[in-house]
Amino acid sequence: MSAPIIEFKNVKKCFGETVIFSDFNFKVEENEIVSIIGPSGSGKSTLLRILMTLEGIDGGYINVAGESLWHMPWQGRYVPANSKHLHKMRNHLGMVFQHFNLFPHMTVKRNITEAPMRVKGVSRTEAEKFAEKLLRLVGLADKADSYPNDLSGGQKQRVGIARALAMKPSILLLDEITSALDPELVDEVLDVIRNLVKEESFTMLLVTHEMYFAREISDRVCFFDKGAIVEEGEPEAIFTQPREERTKAFLNAYIGQ
Amino acid sequence: MNGFHWDWAFTWEVLPMILSAAKVTLLATLLGSILAIVMGLVFALLRRSKSRTLCISTYWIVEFIRSTPLLVQIFFLYYVMPEFGVSMSPLATGVFALGLHYGAYLSEVFRSGIDGIEKGQWEAARALNLTIIDTYKDIVLPQAIRPMIPATGNYIIAMFKETPQLSAITLLEMLQMAKIIGSENFRYLEPFTLVGILYLVFSLLAAYGIHQVERRFPKEGFSLK
Repeated sequence: MSAPIIEFKNVKKCFGETVIFSDFNFKVEENEIVSIIGPSGSGKSTLLRILMTLEGIDGGYINVAGESLWHMPWQGRYVPANSKHLHKMRNHLGMVFQHFNLFPHMTVKRNITEAPMRVKGVSRTEAEKFAEKLLRLVGLADKADSYPNDLSGGQKQRVGIARALAMKPSILLLDEITSALDPELVDEVLDVIRNLVKEESFTMLLVTHEMYFAREISDRVCFFDKGAIVEEGEPEAIFTQPREERTKAFLNAYIGQ
Repeated sequence: MNGFHWDWAFTWEVLPMILSAAKVTLLATLLGSILAIVMGLVFALLRRSKSRTLCISTYWIVEFIRSTPLLVQIFFLYYVMPEFGVSMSPLATGVFALGLHYGAYLSEVFRSGIDGIEKGQWEAARALNLTIIDTYKDIVLPQAIRPMIPATGNYIIAMFKETPQLSAITLLEMLQMAKIIGSENFRYLEPFTLVGILYLVFSLLAAYGIHQVERRFPKEGFSLK
């Protein structure tokens, strides 16, 4: 069995006095789709933000694609990573945000082509060709020249997905991508992810409150509480026969299981 | 009552001289503004630097410049710096003093403009692996500029109205010219009134221009091709 593509080893993370993770261990295999569910404040989003290097860690190690994320080798030992190392590591990862975070002053197409052109040095023609392909994939081929503020929430999030995919990440992080949407717009976004995983293999880590979606799409579901994995397993097992009382209580409250 | 008699012939005679000095005033303002914007941006970025030393030293430099009178700074640059081997023409000294002084004020405008950009924009830029330079150039500044326009404009107009201070180092700008004309002809009413009117006209035009720029500037910012 190959090494996991993501591995957390004894990770510690605090926000001031508040301890989010005290001794956190977690693994994700290549091409595995893992859903993370759990109550607010349990550390779900922090996990993704640490992987995307938006938050640092206070202890432990994280490996991504066989290399340490937050540390780098230097004179035979591991030292905190410099910005060059982090820049290299971020190439493995792509993130879609809860509040889209599209660039409002750029057209949809420019939102998607900006990073490939600037970061990867892709030519404008090539970047635009790929952006058009991605926009077809997310069903927004006719919105290339629109500005984000002219789009609905669901459309904005679909652009957010296209923008993350434009960098061709091997690991996709989805942070509550439907939480800021009106209920009738949720499915159009989830359909994009459904189609995506049908077409291509991805390692995907998603934090979600859409339980039916987590159950349908995931290889594994992890239930988080207070910075620890309380229970994890195949979606059917977690949703139909949870072992832990805490999981049962959460799922009951959520879906009236 | 001689002083209150308005002499039109004298007015038309001195107007070309005042207007030619106005060119110096406008040139000093234009170059001073460019330098102030550059310095303001540099100070603002240094204040946001991760290095605590850079951040704190920039804070004190900005505070020092803002807390000392412009005239003292002008005199210092013109009379003291030559002792250290740095000698500049009155115009260059004036531009440098205005640029530095107003750069310190503008740095606060720029800093609050940059701080006004949502955290999510920085995070998206980082997640897309943009460098810090590309993040500022392509994401942050294009969105931050519009809210900065009114305050920046006010400071540039204030700088324009401070240019008479450069007469203290013999720069032949509008006020200095009016003073010379007045003392040579023993008539101050017309030259000083003309200078006042020109300041008023240029300030109103600049305020109108700035308002137009702000009005036409896209609300979301702009993106370079």
